[in-house]
Amino acid sequence: MSDSMKNVKPNDRPPMRMQNVPGTVSRRHAEKITKESVKNSSASSTPQGDGEQQYSLNDDRRVKVLSPGAMVAKRFFRNRIAVAGLVILAFMFLFSFLGGILTPYKEDQQFYRTDYQNKEYAGVVRNVDFRFASAEGQKLDTVIQAQVVLATQKGSDSFSYRGTEYQLIQEGEDFYRVATADGTTLGIAYKDVVSSSVEGQTLPYEVQYGILKAYTNGEDSFEVGGKSYTIDEDGGIFADGAELAFISRYVVQPILPDIFLSRAFKEELVATLEDGGEEFMFTDPNGEAHEYTIRYRADVKNWSVLQETATRVYDTYASPSRTHWLGTDRNGMDMLTRLMYGGRVSLVIGFIVEIISTVLGIIMGGLAGYFGKWVDNLIMRIVDIFYCIPSMPIIIILGAAMDAMSVDPQIRMIYLMLILGFLGWPGMARLIRGQILSLREQEFMTATEACGISVSRRIFKHLIPNVIPQIIVSVSMGIGGTIITESTLSFLGLGVKFPFASWGNIINDVNNTFVLTTYWFIWIPAGTLLLLTVLAFNLVGDGLRDAFDPKMKR
Amino acid sequence: MHKYILKRLIYAVIIFFFVMLIIYALMRCLPTSYIETVARAKSQQPGSKSYEEWMAQLSAMYNMDKGILPGYIGWLGDFFRGNFGDSWFYTVPVIQRFHETIWLSFWMGLITMFFELIIAIPLGIVAATRQYSRADYVISIVALAGISLPTFFFASLLKLVFSVKLGWFDLFGLVGRNYEQLTAWGKFMDKADHLVLPIVTLVVISVGSLMRYTRTNMLEVLNADYIRTARAKGLNERKVIYHHAFRNTLIPLVTIVGGSLPGLFSGALITETLYSIPGIGYASYHAMVSGDIPFSMFYLAFLAILTLLGNLISDILYAVVDPRVRIA
Repeated sequence: MSDSMKNVKPNDRPPMRMQNVPGTVSRRHAEKITKESVKNSSASSTPQGDGEQQYSLNDDRRVKVLSPGAMVAKRFFRNRIAVAGLVILAFMFLFSFLGGILTPYKEDQQFYRTDYQNKEYAGVVRNVDFRFASAEGQKLDTVIQAQVVLATQKGSDSFSYRGTEYQLIQEGEDFYRVATADGTTLGIAYKDVVSSSVEGQTLPYEVQYGILKAYTNGEDSFEVGGKSYTIDEDGGIFADGAELAFISRYVVQPILPDIFLSRAFKEELVATLEDGGEEFMFTDPNGEAHEYTIRYRADVKNWSVLQETATRVYDTYASPSRTHWLGTDRNGMDMLTRLMYGGRVSLVIGFIVEIISTVLGIIMGGLAGYFGKWVDNLIMRIVDIFYCIPSMPIIIILGAAMDAMSVDPQIRMIYLMLILGFLGWPGMARLIRGQILSLREQEFMTATEACGISVSRRIFKHLIPNVIPQIIVSVSMGIGGTIITESTLSFLGLGVKFPFASWGNIINDVNNTFVLTTYWFIWIPAGTLLLLTVLAFNLVGDGLRDAFDPKMKR
Repeated sequence: MHKYILKRLIYAVIIFFFVMLIIYALMRCLPTSYIETVARAKSQQPGSKSYEEWMAQLSAMYNMDKGILPGYIGWLGDFFRGNFGDSWFYTVPVIQRFHETIWLSFWMGLITMFFELIIAIPLGIVAATRQYSRADYVISIVALAGISLPTFFFASLLKLVFSVKLGWFDLFGLVGRNYEQLTAWGKFMDKADHLVLPIVTLVVISVGSLMRYTRTNMLEVLNADYIRTARAKGLNERKVIYHHAFRNTLIPLVTIVGGSLPGLFSGALITETLYSIPGIGYASYHAMVSGDIPFSMFYLAFLAILTLLGNLISDILYAVVDPRVRIA
């Protein structure tokens, strides 16, 4: 038998182009199926002899009888592509429904991670300007301070201001004592800063003078007021073995006013700075270790110290790992779990929508096809009107309206199913009407009439079962189309809403270009699952159509 | 024939009436948030009328104060007089916005259809003539995959590969950053460059169904008696397929393609939105999402007319192309 003699599949799924005007194609589609119907209704069990010799010729067991259902199954399972589709579907159902039970996480369980952030902790300045301190009972006012700076720059040891002579006595490196001509000390000018080691304590002038004099001259001990002090190599000043103050060219100040920086911290910081290091660890008296980073800011000529602190944040966009096989999404939820629950939502919506539109379509199409005349005319005009309604824009408008009314996500999902189901029935009604129109003229229908069977029984017991093959094919392809519509709406943010997952609203994240480019694991798996599921429904539908066709040879 | 066309036209007008009645009723049932927002804003201006008065005035202005049926009759009268009102979202007359966007969508649709035809028809024929061969399986699966591909996912994949990784195209928009400095030719090329990805998306998404349709019809023709006759009298296979079979396959193809011609104007709602191409689909998406009733009503009416026109054209073409069809 030549190729062309083999079976023909006389109809095709109407092109589902959401962008184009719906309905232009489908009319022809429905008419095609009408022609095919006669073949299907005559699909009876074909006896298949396999020539087993041990039975006599008139023995019933000689002939293996297959029921029509078994024939369909046999033909279906011979089609490898359709079986592949079935396997994919089985996997998707297991993945979504069983996976959701097996996964250790919940649909909207959020995960946390500790994030280390560098926060500004302290500022460090190397002191290059003179600082001044007045002697007790004296006043070194700012005008004189300015004169001191000028004099040191010129290198002179005296200056006069407003007819008064002052003398500048160098006591150590970058350390001067300012006195009047008669020798009364007014105050001191210095660059090394003395800061108290004890919180809230101020050092008397005399002590400060002593520290500076000793430190700038490189001495390691001095005496003030009969008390002896020692200076260690790091600039720490001790009195009676207890630490009193700290001297350094660097000024370290905390960013937050309520923080007291201990001498040990400052020492560590300065030591790192002088070594040219950028990072150091410091354990504070409470035993908390932090990492600090030093950064030089050239514009203001100082260093800022950043403290690394741990904060608990949502574990967003985590890469795939052992705990999260597909990473986490923008809300810190486990991606694989979201995919499982999203699959549930997408599949359930697909099925419910298709059930709604099929039931409506069977009732309307059955009535129209069986009664004919004005009932048929009326119902078909309604179908024409519904066909003409642009469904995608209507759903978008309704979705936006539900946004405006902030409908609860769960109720919204139900509305979505009802709307999609209600917009989908005319196609099914047309298909069934066409089938029934031709079926009701056949002898078996005359027989039912002669037997006096009631009208509803005749329609639903004798006519509809004969249309079931077409219904099954149309439903299995319709579910694929519905899933695409639902996911497109969810993608646009007008369908299934957070906290519910749907494959469409998972992919929604790619609207953020950064996610599109960086986090493949957010949207590629969801898109692949979506594509595979819809493809599988179409493959199975295609395979079923071939299998239901009794003229099918392969 | 004339009588038939006239009958179909009258029929189409009646259907249009009811379709728009349903849509109008639906629109009226939505929360009229836009009018409320404007009224609230206006009533808060110093020395202004109260919110209720503004509300009443604005409702009257937009024909929203009447009942659904009188309001609908009013809208329909305006529509047929060519008075489409002002868009709330774009704050320009609806018809002006329509003119600005429709041609871009039309050209996009036309180019898409061109590629669709030159890809789908030859491949569909190849698949049908070599039924159950490897080529047939590959073509069938590719066609099904195209049908099953969600637009937004495919568009995202294209963007990732061609815009981000390869950097050949921009991610969004119709014109590049330095569009204003370009010459006339440069401007044209810039726009063409930005339309490549949207058109590829549209073609891949929609080519599958036409391919399957061609294959199915070709198979049906190849099974016909006259093809068997042609083979029996010893014609070579080329002649059988391209002379006898293909010409008969053209009958359903011409009808379906003719029927989808009005659809070229309908714009690609999803694709245009994904790529931010300012066509009619993109414009109406934003109008619809922000509750712009005049523009949405106009667009929906436009789509309904296109659908009716498409059905009409394909029915007439069916009769014209196929001499076996006689119209009573």
